[in-house]
Amino acid sequence: MNALVIAALLLVLLTVSYQVGWSRSRKLADGKDTRLHSRPIYHGVLAALFAVLPAIVILGLWALFSQSVTNSFILAQLPAEVAQQQPFEVQAAISRVQAIASGYGVIGEPTPAEAAAASAYASFQQLSFLGVIAAAAALGAGGLFWAQRRIAPRLRARSEVEVFVRLALIACSTVAILTTLGIVLSLLSDALRFFSFINPLDFFFGTTWNPRFQSTGSGSAGEYGLLPLLWGTVMISIIAMLVAVPIGLMSAIYLSQYAHERVRGVVKPIIEILAGIPTIVYGFFALVTVGPFLSGLGDLVGIDIRATSALTAGIVMGIMIIPFISSLSDDILGQVPRAMRDGSLGLGATQSETIRKVLLPAALPGVVGAVLLAVSRAIGETMIVVLAAGNSPVLRANPAEPTSTVTVSIVNQLTGDADFTSPQSLVAFALGLTLFAMTLLLNVLALYIVRKFREQYE
Amino acid sequence: MDVLAGKVKVTSKTLDQTMNPAELMDHPIRLTARDVTVHYGEKQALHGISIDIPDRAVTAFIGPSGCGKSTFLRCINRMNDTIEGAKVGGKIELDGEDIYSPDLDVVELRARVGMVFQKPNPFPKSIYDNVAYGPRIHGLAKSKADLDEIVISSLRKAGLFEEVKDRLSEPGTGLSGGQQQRLCIARAIAVGPEVILMDEPCSALDPIATAIIEELIDELRENYTIVIVTHSMQQAARVSQKTAFFHLGNLIEHGDTEEIFTNPVNKQTQDYIMGRIG
Repeated sequence: MNALVIAALLLVLLTVSYQVGWSRSRKLADGKDTRLHSRPIYHGVLAALFAVLPAIVILGLWALFSQSVTNSFILAQLPAEVAQQQPFEVQAAISRVQAIASGYGVIGEPTPAEAAAASAYASFQQLSFLGVIAAAAALGAGGLFWAQRRIAPRLRARSEVEVFVRLALIACSTVAILTTLGIVLSLLSDALRFFSFINPLDFFFGTTWNPRFQSTGSGSAGEYGLLPLLWGTVMISIIAMLVAVPIGLMSAIYLSQYAHERVRGVVKPIIEILAGIPTIVYGFFALVTVGPFLSGLGDLVGIDIRATSALTAGIVMGIMIIPFISSLSDDILGQVPRAMRDGSLGLGATQSETIRKVLLPAALPGVVGAVLLAVSRAIGETMIVVLAAGNSPVLRANPAEPTSTVTVSIVNQLTGDADFTSPQSLVAFALGLTLFAMTLLLNVLALYIVRKFREQYE
Repeated sequence: MDVLAGKVKVTSKTLDQTMNPAELMDHPIRLTARDVTVHYGEKQALHGISIDIPDRAVTAFIGPSGCGKSTFLRCINRMNDTIEGAKVGGKIELDGEDIYSPDLDVVELRARVGMVFQKPNPFPKSIYDNVAYGPRIHGLAKSKADLDEIVISSLRKAGLFEEVKDRLSEPGTGLSGGQQQRLCIARAIAVGPEVILMDEPCSALDPIATAIIEELIDELRENYTIVIVTHSMQQAARVSQKTAFFHLGNLIEHGDTEEIFTNPVNKQTQDYIMGRIG
């Protein structure tokens, strides 16, 4: 209901103000010699912006602060001793009043004070909503009035609209950056709380991972050594790269250098579609097909390979990453100037000599960048390892044994009832932060290398 | 006629320093083309080109853009093979051997017929490695000393050695445009070719670098058969002994450079040389 009223208000403001701006500027120009600096459409848009933006700002401010305003209002209605309680008890009292006001049931009979507070709160709620709507409408109307008074033939409405558009574009592009920053900050604060329980040295250099799940009781909080997880992540990523880099690179070479235009037109999109398969499906594939196959293969040659192991997860992850590497490398090989290729062929080099001695060295920085991007993808990959790595966080060198990774442990620590006050769940944030730092570093390195490569041919 | 007079002056002056037509008679035919056609997909780019190219002389291909002169040049070392959809017909013989015969190894052909491209295209490697590239893939050097010698003598022949002798290990891409083009010429020479094809080798260079390359071409003529495609008629007149004029995929006229420039038989050739077409 409230949302509908707000939407209707904004819509009315928008259409009316646009219409006013448009027609008023039209009238100024009609039948006279005066030439408008900007076309009527810009005057319309400008008027609409002046009318709608203030209204949106008012609504936004209300959305931001209504919570605390309401809380203090309700608290003021309740007896003074309520406010002196613990924060969570105060919050519970406030919630209780809100529940009574909205007609939901509460446990026990509401006290007279609560009932009074609830009815006061209900009317306050209505009043404040009306007040906000009125304020938004008034500000919008004021904006419109001001905007339409400004309309004149020489008003540079177009330039002003363009400034607004530019600001809007800047705002959009900062969303991603701010979100990243927000993620880091939220990870950081929780990770710091974790480190108040556990010594960072024990976390980063510990070799045992054993978070006991009873946070109450014997006082032992468990052991949180990162190294077994980190090693699992690194080992699986290495296996994945051993699979993905040669296959991906060679398919890129085939596609960009040997394949006929028609073959390329069919094969390249198909490879790119492979990149879109959900990783959980790759996980099934690992669990149901690749794991048993590897284990059977191991029996055949007399090596003990477990069905769920670092090897299984790594191989399937490598398959998942192939399209990533082949597609990027294909683009990079395509960027090597044709003159390079012709120069080599013109000297009597064969095609494979040309690829090995001229194209690949020239494309190498770009390919390395692509590989690093793929590595950061492998490090952050979760579903395949959850299903296929065996979830055994023990420091082992043998890839045929089950292992666990940073991502798997995050999943384990956060699934089920997590209460975010015990180290058992807070450790997930420390793990996430570590993962984030690793992939960030790799990405920065990759981008730096790719950019360096670009400069070479421009 | 003023235009023509100006050009003729340039022509006769430079020709005096080079070679007289009688001398040309001593040069046996090296390359023979008969009815060469090229199709790029549906489009026919060359309509039956027949020409003889003499040994140890410079033959220039001139003509307006898109006339097929570069296409024909690329037929001579089969670089058109690398373009998808290109089809070559007719016959080209190098020393009486059909270069389009299935028995012929295109790698060997390209070792015998080197090519210098329009834009200098050194590999992103050191100056030394650029020149050593060809000898290495063809296994021309038995030892490191052999290779050093090939590289140095190639750079000398290309007139670049004195300028780069102290920085052979620096990247070839760091040289100036004219030096890069001479590096590409050295790279082609290092393979020990008999014929050198040059596809507008000076079009990306300034006049001074151009003059140095032209001088170099004149020196190289003593040891190599050179075919050069050029947009500049003055350049053709300055460096070549034979000239062939292409127009719309046809070979209109060819003969001694002096003849073509002073006394063209064909009206189209005359128009082009006087700057009326192209």
